[in-house]
Amino acid sequence: MNVVVLIKQVPDTTNVRIDRKTNNLVREGVPSVINPDCMHALELAAQLKEKHNATVYVITMGPPQAINALKDAISFGLDEAVLLSDRAFAGADTLATTYTLYKGIKKIEEKIGKIDIVLAGRQAADGDTGQVGPGVATRLGYSLAAYVTSIEKIEKDEIILTRRLDRGYEKVRVKIPCVLTVTPELNEPRYASLPNLIRSLRYQPIVWNKDDINADPKKAGFFGSPTRVVNTNIPPARKGGDIISKNESPEIAAQKLLDELKKFESIRLIEGLRVLVGDKK
Amino acid sequence: MRKIFVFVERVDGEAHPVSWELLGKARELANNLEESEVWAIVLGKECENVCKEAISRGADKVLYVKNDQLVEYVNYKYKKVLVDIVRKYEPEIFLIGATLEGRELAGMVATELETGLTADCTGLDILPDKKLLAMTRPTFGGNLMATIMCPEHRPQMATVRPGVMRELPPDPNRKGEVIVEEYSIPEMEKFIEILEAVPLSVKSNLAYAPVVVAGGKGVGGPEGFEKLRELANLLGGEIGASRAAVKAGWISDEYQVGQTGKTIHPVLYIACGISGAIQHVVGIKESEIIVAINTDENAPIFDVADIGIVGDLHAVVPAITSKLKAMKGEVRK
Ligand SMILES: Cc1cc2nc3c(=O)[nH]c(=O)nc-3n(C[C@H](O)[C@H](O)[C@H](O)COP(=O)(O)OP(=O)(O)OC[C@H]3O[C@@H](n4cnc5c(N)ncnc54)[C@H](O)[C@@H]3O)c2cc1C
Ligand SMILES: Nc1ncnc2c1ncn2[C@@H]1O[C@H](COP(=O)(O)O)[C@@H](O)[C@H]1O
Repeated sequence: MNVVVLIKQVPDTTNVRIDRKTNNLVREGVPSVINPDCMHALELAAQLKEKHNATVYVITMGPPQAINALKDAISFGLDEAVLLSDRAFAGADTLATTYTLYKGIKKIEEKIGKIDIVLAGRQAADGDTGQVGPGVATRLGYSLAAYVTSIEKIEKDEIILTRRLDRGYEKVRVKIPCVLTVTPELNEPRYASLPNLIRSLRYQPIVWNKDDINADPKKAGFFGSPTRVVNTNIPPARKGGDIISKNESPEIAAQKLLDELKKFESIRLIEGLRVLVGDKK
Repeated sequence: MRKIFVFVERVDGEAHPVSWELLGKARELANNLEESEVWAIVLGKECENVCKEAISRGADKVLYVKNDQLVEYVNYKYKKVLVDIVRKYEPEIFLIGATLEGRELAGMVATELETGLTADCTGLDILPDKKLLAMTRPTFGGNLMATIMCPEHRPQMATVRPGVMRELPPDPNRKGEVIVEEYSIPEMEKFIEILEAVPLSVKSNLAYAPVVVAGGKGVGGPEGFEKLRELANLLGGEIGASRAAVKAGWISDEYQVGQTGKTIHPVLYIACGISGAIQHVVGIKESEIIVAINTDENAPIFDVADIGIVGDLHAVVPAITSKLKAMKGEVRK
């Protein structure tokens, strides 16, 4: 069984700050991490390796420093890691990203044979699109199950699994080859064993550029991206308002709260608060 | 005619509310785009009522792909149908709800069509001079808003976050046409097959509630949530929770608000015994009014609350409930 895991390096969004003077996102000093959802894809890949003797490649498209994410990924005990890096890949939207990843997967296939399962995270913490998994599945012509929450069994040419949709869970049979996108519900990522940790520190990922994967520069990166970001802005920060002090009794505090709420026009939208504004309807 | 397509997502026999929100928005876009019309796309069978409602909600035309095989959402079949009808009718714009299902489907369709797709939008406008769709969406966990366009590829595709756009009240007198599309699904490999649908054990109305009364670690146990539930019911709202309360096992994770829970934007959010960690605040900061009740006057939740009460939620929440009840009683008299 051959498995490819798609991972993305993202800024740790819990540490992203906004410089209120320049109104810019402060990324300096913000550590980069493996996208949280991808950690669950890596854990699943490690299990596939243990239980099904899978050969696992990890792949990312990104700048040279994404090497660090790949080294961390190897500490899950996986076989090889590939960085797709080229100026021609920069500025990619999801359509161009899936093109480059697709070409990378095809190149891995030349080395190890048909890829049975491609794993991705449900969504990336920075872009938050959740489009890359479905896009890669479409390019490969594979079956797709997004939002996987548990796996019941894996057989030679099918997987029985449960996935999450808005209205509930759905148990499905998925034909292999397939792309799965995984949710945090699926598993708990492991801590690396000492030998795997040592290997990951010494490990040097494979690096491929556009010629290595035979990518058409018109389909990759900025030139292959139909969408354009025309503007970004930082939404105004909320400001804290009035505080009702702890010295007030609960009854007075409650009354003051209701008096304050009256000042907001939008409470008319709340059925249960119309009494405050004397609307008897 | 420029066509604006809106995909009508169905849950059992009914349309998902986001579909009507999108029709409402599409109507507004059509008013700003000369020579355009709004098309609702309905897949399934026995959807005559949904088609009719789509017209009353703003559609000029309903394209009804009537087929036994489309009763349930099966991703590869839906993808095939949508790709084929887009190729046939060539819409300018194609909007799909950013539900889990919608995001999966849109990702497949846009890739097959090799066009641009903007995910999870919270704003849509037509730029008058260029006649292009400007799509606005939050990124970096809501820290940054990006406006995106798709200048050359068609259709311009977006998934749109449920609960953000305003639906139009149904107007039974609106006129429109239902086109029943003759379509037979070609023989295809069975990529994915549904074995069993497992509905959720608890159904929360968090995403749509106008008021959310949420509890955190300070609630102290499952019983504490009863007080919150009482106030929420009185206000016509829903309860919510911090991750700490969910992790403690006091309440189901269907109610979790925040980065790893739901992002909500009620008119009124009341945070009770919630400290206001950044992962929680990203999920609530688009609320119109935030009220916080916390014993610790230095709790960071007060930095984002419009009204803060320093006090014990176990005393303050019931006091609010009884005040409101008393007022309602008076009004009735
Ligand atoms: C990757 C990641 C994702 C996360 N995602 C989420 C998420 O989606 N949602 C989320 O909520 N958290 C999330 N968290 C956790 C988050 O960091 C906080 O730990 C969590 O929000 C704290 O919950 P809390 O405010 O209920 O608890 P605490 O931080 O323990 O705060 C309890 C508060 O209650 C107050 N209090 C105590 N007794 C009373 C009383 N009687 N009356 C009034 N006030 C009282 C205290 O003063 C305190 O401020 C995430 C964390 C990580 C690392
Ligand atoms: N540049 C990338 N390189 C490799 N995998 C990616 C990349 N971008 C996204 N992915 C994968 O797609 C998932 C969803 O990302 P997104 O669609 O951007 O929200 C991630 O969790 C990764 O598994």
